[in-house]
Amino acid sequence: MSTTYADKTASATGKYVGRAVDRVDGPAKTTGEARFAAEYPYPGLAYAALVHATIPRGRLTAVDTAAALAVRGVIDVLTHENAPPMKPAPKVSFLDLSTLVSGTPVNYLATDEVHWNGQPVAVVVAETPETARYAASLVRPAYEELPAAVDFAAEEGNAVPQKGNLISEAAADKGDAPAALATAAHSVDLTFSTPPHHHNAIEPHATTAVWDGDRLTVHEAAQNIAWTRRHLAQRFGVPEKGVRVLSPYVGGGFGGKGSVWAGTLLAVLAARATGRPVRLALTREGVYHTVGGRTPSTQRVALGSDADGRLTALIHTSVSRTGRAGGMGEPITAGTRHLYASPNIHLRQNVVQLDLLANTFMRAPGESIGTFAVESAMDELACELGLDPIELRLRNEPDRDPVGGQRLAHRRLREAYALGAERFGWSTRDPRPGVMRDGRWLVGMGVATAYHPSMRMPANVTVRLGADGTVVVRCGLQEMGMGTATVQAQIAADELGVPLESVRFEYGDSDLPSGPGAGGSAQTASAAAGVLDACDKLRRTLLGLARRVPGSPLRGVRPEDLEARDGGLYHAGRGQTYAEILAAAGRGHVEAESRAGMLGFMVRTLRERRQWVRAATGAQFCEVRVDPDTMEVRVSRWLGVFDVGTVINARTAASQLRGGIVMGIGMALSEQTLIDHRDGRIVNASLSEYHVPVHADIPRIDVQWLNEPDSTMPLGLRGIGEVSITGAAAAVANAVRHATGRRVLDLPITLDKLMG
Amino acid sequence: MTQIRMNVNGSVESLDVEPWVSLLDALRERLGLTGPKKGCDQGACGACTVLADGLRINACLALAVQYDGSEITTIEGVAHPLQEAFVRHDGFQCGYCTPGQLCSAIGMLAEYEAGMPSAVTPPGAGAYELSESEVRERMSGNLCRCGAYNGILDAIMDVAGEEGTR
Ligand code: FES
Ligand code: FES
Repeated sequence: MSTTYADKTASATGKYVGRAVDRVDGPAKTTGEARFAAEYPYPGLAYAALVHATIPRGRLTAVDTAAALAVRGVIDVLTHENAPPMKPAPKVSFLDLSTLVSGTPVNYLATDEVHWNGQPVAVVVAETPETARYAASLVRPAYEELPAAVDFAAEEGNAVPQKGNLISEAAADKGDAPAALATAAHSVDLTFSTPPHHHNAIEPHATTAVWDGDRLTVHEAAQNIAWTRRHLAQRFGVPEKGVRVLSPYVGGGFGGKGSVWAGTLLAVLAARATGRPVRLALTREGVYHTVGGRTPSTQRVALGSDADGRLTALIHTSVSRTGRAGGMGEPITAGTRHLYASPNIHLRQNVVQLDLLANTFMRAPGESIGTFAVESAMDELACELGLDPIELRLRNEPDRDPVGGQRLAHRRLREAYALGAERFGWSTRDPRPGVMRDGRWLVGMGVATAYHPSMRMPANVTVRLGADGTVVVRCGLQEMGMGTATVQAQIAADELGVPLESVRFEYGDSDLPSGPGAGGSAQTASAAAGVLDACDKLRRTLLGLARRVPGSPLRGVRPEDLEARDGGLYHAGRGQTYAEILAAAGRGHVEAESRAGMLGFMVRTLRERRQWVRAATGAQFCEVRVDPDTMEVRVSRWLGVFDVGTVINARTAASQLRGGIVMGIGMALSEQTLIDHRDGRIVNASLSEYHVPVHADIPRIDVQWLNEPDSTMPLGLRGIGEVSITGAAAAVANAVRHATGRRVLDLPITLDKLMG
Repeated sequence: MTQIRMNVNGSVESLDVEPWVSLLDALRERLGLTGPKKGCDQGACGACTVLADGLRINACLALAVQYDGSEITTIEGVAHPLQEAFVRHDGFQCGYCTPGQLCSAIGMLAEYEAGMPSAVTPPGAGAYELSESEVRERMSGNLCRCGAYNGILDAIMDVAGEEGTR
């Protein structure tokens, strides 16, 4: 029988926190009981299908819907000529973060403009899904085409400096990096490229929309229900409190469900127009055409060092793209700011606008592809120096933030590398390229550093304790499989000293207290802060009730001296159960609330950014086997050692860390979205032509964590949803370099790049 | 419209479907059995895997009318130790691919029992062990974007180990 590594590293810090607890939603997900957004039945439900533009840029001159309307079972065909109006997306403002949720500013069906190849230009509503799909194929849009720029490679030269924002600077300069590079004892100067990627959550985006007057219910595959609700209310001009967004289960997101895209808006619009409940489940191809993906990039990394391998110059510049209609500049050099001590640093991010669908965040935007370049270059510098690549990294490990000079809130990369090297058998690695073999296979071992910032968002949480000992924690966050519901229940159970089984965590409903979005690896820490605060308030309320009763053993006890255990509050061996406290006070239940104001939150965040640099880090170890004839690369072993603070649930944490590594292996070896550079059409908009890793591609992945709390974060935890994809592609590329002597600068590392 | 009868999860269902309706859409939209998932509708992801007369198939690539008279098992009709093993070994995150993984694994174990070789089975092998690489190969039609492959493998090896090797 095989072992599960995670269970071995678990070191419990509470009765439940730190343990490998089964997921609370495990039974629902293994019996088919879990219902996703496209799976809610409604009487009179109609089905919608999208018609996509086939040109990259232009104007609609007409949309011929006659043939579609003639199909029996078609209810309506909506185009820009007959669709009810929808308000434009609000302007982005940091005072109302929900304005960030709009995927593109394009006001679908309220405009005759076409901004990308694949933009929805009509919606068919029909009695059955087959009818809707068939009729959609009969709609004939006519266009006046305009010239379009869609070829990233050809347009790169037109890139302009990217603008930074409140939480992400787009450039940095320290010393004079170009001059230092020119005089460095050793140097490398490499240009990397990465292709566009798509999230490809196995659940395609889906919306079931139901209007009742001005009240709207939406079953949605969403990573941010609170912002989605506000956005829908604004777009359709109805009161926000009448809009309810439900997302109890989300079939994977990875950033792709973090914004409101066309499918959601058009399902709601179609339901409004037809007066029917409408379901719009995107086809897989439809996801590629209406939901943004990761930008391609070109990156230059130049490193200079002294004879001992101490960096004297660090240059990292990038070009990425956005859509002309929307998208965000990818923060590609964001991680590089914090990785290595160097007296001279030069970072720049440039961006070019193309006539393509807006790009969006995908698992560790910036760091995923940025670390590929920097960590590949570090490996190449190690080769140049004849130095072990781990040693090179340790020699350049900073004491303070290399650019900003802030303190590093807990950084244990040295320990991660030390533990990893021992566990992976790094000392057995012959540093010469192409000499290690297993039978006929070439064997290579590579390492790379993983880095992702730790963030928090505001979260409102209520906790209710009933006289029967049940606890209900409520927070409108979303659970896409990260284990969120399970870990928050674990935290509440420990904080209140009750059995885990008596805690119910309610989430995924915008009628609940507004929760943080699932993004930026911030959800668990954000909600945990709220749960801790609400539980603290609840204990204080209970203590207040108890102290009012004469003879209570809790009289005179201060809140900070309380111990919550065994379903009650205790101090020095004396105390009362919650049932006793509530009975004596004549109360059926007590409730406490934690509220986080947005303004105070922003102020604190900005202040803390000046004080600390916080991040989850890790050391990725990869072993590959390369077929010497076909140059096929197989990943044969993997170890990731992470410094992620307190781990709340050893089992779900291990899965999340492995999941990022799996996606990183895909990025390294097979994933790329191909765009026809003549007309901007995605060529491989499917799961058969866009290759995500399958069972056979993934070896046993050993994940370890140091399990030391980060004292600046709630419970000492850091988000772990993204850190493990960072560094992963570089670890593969470095292992391939070791196995073959070849440095591949252009992802994915397909066999053609290793041949000849 | 064609009337068909299928035994679905032990109950006989008769329904009228157009000849172009896929088995997956018939199950999900006509019978309300949403356990089988739609991930691609093109046979590329395995999320729609169900058992048809005991064999695993991609329901999105099957027409409902072809299965007139068949016995169909979806995750809703499954009661198998693998389900508990998936929870114990964390063989999923979001859970969207899970019904397909489970039905596929059940069908895969039956194929192995029946002596069906895979691409990694050594040629001419008689009795052979259901190794990890055999399971990986045989399960490669079921994608998991959450990357729960290790947990799925652990769950299958755990259950297959108990059931003994061929
Ligand atoms: S939905 Fe059938 S294989 Fe993907
Ligand atoms: S558990 Fe999410 S796709 Fe497999």
